[in-house]
Amino acid sequence: MQVTMTVNGDEVTRDIEPRLLLVHFVRDHLGLTGTHWGCDTSNCGTCVLWMDGEPVKSCTVLAAMADGRDIRTVESLEVDGKLDPVQEGFLREHGLQCGFCTPGMLMTARWLLDRNPDPSEHEIRETICGQICRCTGYENIVRAIRWAADHPAGAEAEEMSA
Amino acid sequence: MSTGEATTTPVSEAGNPIGFGRMLRKEDARFLRGRGNYIDDINPPGTLHAAILRSPLAHARIVSIDTSAAEAHPKVKAVITGATLETLGLAWMPTLSQDVQAVLATDKVRFQGQEVAFVVAEDRYAARDALELIDVEYEPLDPVMDARRSLDVNAPVIRDDVEGKTDNHIFDWEAGDRALCDEVFARADVVVRQDMLYPRVHPAPMETCGSIASMDKVTGKLTVWTTTQAPHAHRTVYALVAGLPEHKIQIISPDIGGGFGGKVGIYPGYVLVVVGSIVTGKPVKWVEDRSENLMTTAFARDYHMRGEIAATRDGTITGLRVNVIADHGAFNGTAQPTKFPAGFFHIFTGSYDLEAAHCGVTGVYTNKAPGGVAYACSFRVTEAVYLVERMVDLLADELGMDPAELRMKNLIRPEQFPYTTKTGWEYDSGNYPRTLQVALDKAGYPDLLRRRDESRRRWAAAGGTTDQPGAGGEHLLGIGLSFFTEGVGAGPRKHMDILGLGMADGCELRVHPTGKAQLRLSVQTQGQGHETTFAQIVAQELGLPPEDIDVLHGDTDNTPFGLGTYGSRSTPVSGAAAAVVARRVRDKARVIAAAALECSPDDLEWEHGRWYVKGDPEQGKTIQEIALLSHGNLELPEGVEGHLDASVVYDPPNLTYPYGAYICVVDVDPGTGQVKVERFIAVDDCGPRINPMIVEGQVHGGLADGVGMALMQVIAFDNDGNCLSGSFMDYLLPTSLECPSWELDETVTPSPHHPLGCKGVGESATVGSPAAVVNAVIDALEPFGVRHADMPLTPAQVWLAINGRPTRTDIAAS
Repeated sequence: MQVTMTVNGDEVTRDIEPRLLLVHFVRDHLGLTGTHWGCDTSNCGTCVLWMDGEPVKSCTVLAAMADGRDIRTVESLEVDGKLDPVQEGFLREHGLQCGFCTPGMLMTARWLLDRNPDPSEHEIRETICGQICRCTGYENIVRAIRWAADHPAGAEAEEMSA
Repeated sequence: MSTGEATTTPVSEAGNPIGFGRMLRKEDARFLRGRGNYIDDINPPGTLHAAILRSPLAHARIVSIDTSAAEAHPKVKAVITGATLETLGLAWMPTLSQDVQAVLATDKVRFQGQEVAFVVAEDRYAARDALELIDVEYEPLDPVMDARRSLDVNAPVIRDDVEGKTDNHIFDWEAGDRALCDEVFARADVVVRQDMLYPRVHPAPMETCGSIASMDKVTGKLTVWTTTQAPHAHRTVYALVAGLPEHKIQIISPDIGGGFGGKVGIYPGYVLVVVGSIVTGKPVKWVEDRSENLMTTAFARDYHMRGEIAATRDGTITGLRVNVIADHGAFNGTAQPTKFPAGFFHIFTGSYDLEAAHCGVTGVYTNKAPGGVAYACSFRVTEAVYLVERMVDLLADELGMDPAELRMKNLIRPEQFPYTTKTGWEYDSGNYPRTLQVALDKAGYPDLLRRRDESRRRWAAAGGTTDQPGAGGEHLLGIGLSFFTEGVGAGPRKHMDILGLGMADGCELRVHPTGKAQLRLSVQTQGQGHETTFAQIVAQELGLPPEDIDVLHGDTDNTPFGLGTYGSRSTPVSGAAAAVVARRVRDKARVIAAAALECSPDDLEWEHGRWYVKGDPEQGKTIQEIALLSHGNLELPEGVEGHLDASVVYDPPNLTYPYGAYICVVDVDPGTGQVKVERFIAVDDCGPRINPMIVEGQVHGGLADGVGMALMQVIAFDNDGNCLSGSFMDYLLPTSLECPSWELDETVTPSPHHPLGCKGVGESATVGSPAAVVNAVIDALEPFGVRHADMPLTPAQVWLAINGRPTRTDIAAS
């Protein structure tokens, strides 16, 4: 079957098997490997991306269900060489270690701050509780999202360390 | 509180510390943009995809395998069975513990999920489809699921592939002085005994395991991209297993999405992609799914322990002994040093000075997945710390003493270091009482005790009793302590090897003519931030800005040999290697600077990346200037070669011994058994911290691990051999809501034998925290007279404990 959708602002059309999962569509068919796959069962959230502005677990969404929809992945967060404040927050507060859950966490964090620019610690924890991180114990992810809330336009352009 | 020496670290133009200090991570630039390069992101041209058919039964004879329908699938390129492998001599592979493991089952299947057939197809969906087309006929056999009954005389023999094998016994091993221990126990005022289980758990990194093999038949070169924490060890094992020439094997470990020990071993899937590539002539990729990950790749623990502690009436601990049945699953696949089949379990005397200790460990086969290595700490220190810290709490309960007071009374005193334990470890350094006091102060311990007692009064006043635990809806507070000592940084090569490969690490440093450097490591990061931390080590030693130092790792063609990252060994071993190699470069730079300045090297002094003439600081050369000189036409002294490079192999003289004091505060709802971790205070002493931000992050993650293992995680089975924990719906991991905001602090006691004084910290929190959580829950349950309940302390288990019948958590009642 054929699907057409907008992915990170570009319209894409592909012939696919009806059973193809959205996570495999963006990774294997579009080469957007920032979205990861982690569990099959909607438990880990490393595959979170946006469909029509809402975070979804793309391991349990068929690519066919995304036909005509607007998809956004982690690759869309940086604009014109400027990191999104949530990306900057994760950098500055050490909100990532192995980096595998990070793309999903970033997408959920951006969604939260778009709706609630000043979330409490508990609101942050509730929002990311469907996503598992095995490295950070969540502490610095919470701080990273709070950093982004406190710096809605990012910090002054500072050179990244690398 | 920091008791380390205050030093001022210079700052580079980019704002980074030229040496130790908080520095944002270099590797984050790619991860934040979704540009990490993990195993499943790699697709060499023409890559085929593989899937593994696995056994639905835990123990069965294979009667027949019919692959004809799968082979007829239009997208299938190859179907491989154990019979195929037998013709190649590859049906069995050596494990890291002198056993063998089936790559694909030939005679029997020995655990649910065991590899039976391997399909290579054009895409991952077709490979899965083809698995459905393979018809295997099994003759079921009785499985052995209970380690405690595996040595029964009538137990089915699992490993009848081993000639003459008539039971499920693997090894007996002991440490300590049994006779002296018996004597100490015989004259003890108080002896406390407890059976306890450290259940089977799985590290469950967010990225599962996977591998891609590409065999170039023209050049004979095998390239393997694989999720490994130990790429060099893997290369040698591939050479041994497949008989391939080692110089034609390149192992590339790309970005790793978490390892925690689960990516140390070599799994059948890794071997099968190599076979698949040889058979098809194409690159072959296999990435396991989450169920495969949880059910078949390295589990951890599964230690059934009987502990006994002896003491005087006034609370002086005199002896500790333990007998263990260690469940190793169907094949002995642990990755322990050859001399130590139970790893470092004999560090079970913990942080206490006592008269005698003895442990005996019996390893057994069961019809469960093989492994036993994984999950920080891989070397069984986690089990050891849990044992001793539970036993000390049980003793405190028996004596009516405060657990903090009992610990403080028995901790090894600062003046006793270096301290040789009763099982032969030489602890390098420590000031244990100070660290415990810092933790007690930070927790506000006396106030916590008051709050706990108040919660008990309120609960009782509301009508709470054993029969009416939830009366009035009042909750109970519990406080748990744990004081741990780890031995990490394996290890001195004379004592420690795996498959005969000594645990030393190579390291190479090249300073280019313009003063920019590359450091090549043998260890491999899985999120620990090596690209940052190791650059900081070289910066500290050479005065180069860390942004001018690139760290290369994870590619055996481009890095020196070493045994890899596990057991918290990267900083203790490779970190030392990096410091030593940088010092060698610095020494060489001194000779070159002296030649350029026409003075003796002895006339030079070093400061902030510059050799200068004593008493004339204007006369000097920076390390960057020296780098250019070393590559130029400056006449060098006799015997000094050009260029500013060096390489070392670091053989650690001893392990390092990080330690810490942890305090957990829990809120228990006795009506439901629900436990909430209210506070967790962790004071770690890992010596000087190269990058405090990274150290704290590692501690955070380990604490979450501990909460998960104590309260949620278990790989359980039923008596028919079914794994009951094969997905994240059943194998519960802590989320942001189960974790409190961690409260950290530190003390700093450098290791006297590490060049930087560093001790390693990667596993400390995972090792130290479970006992604190369990001790806290048992403390909360004091009104019910609960002495012990095995992990995980799920609401059901807590509720059963309240009702006087805590249960086995590893096997479902049938």
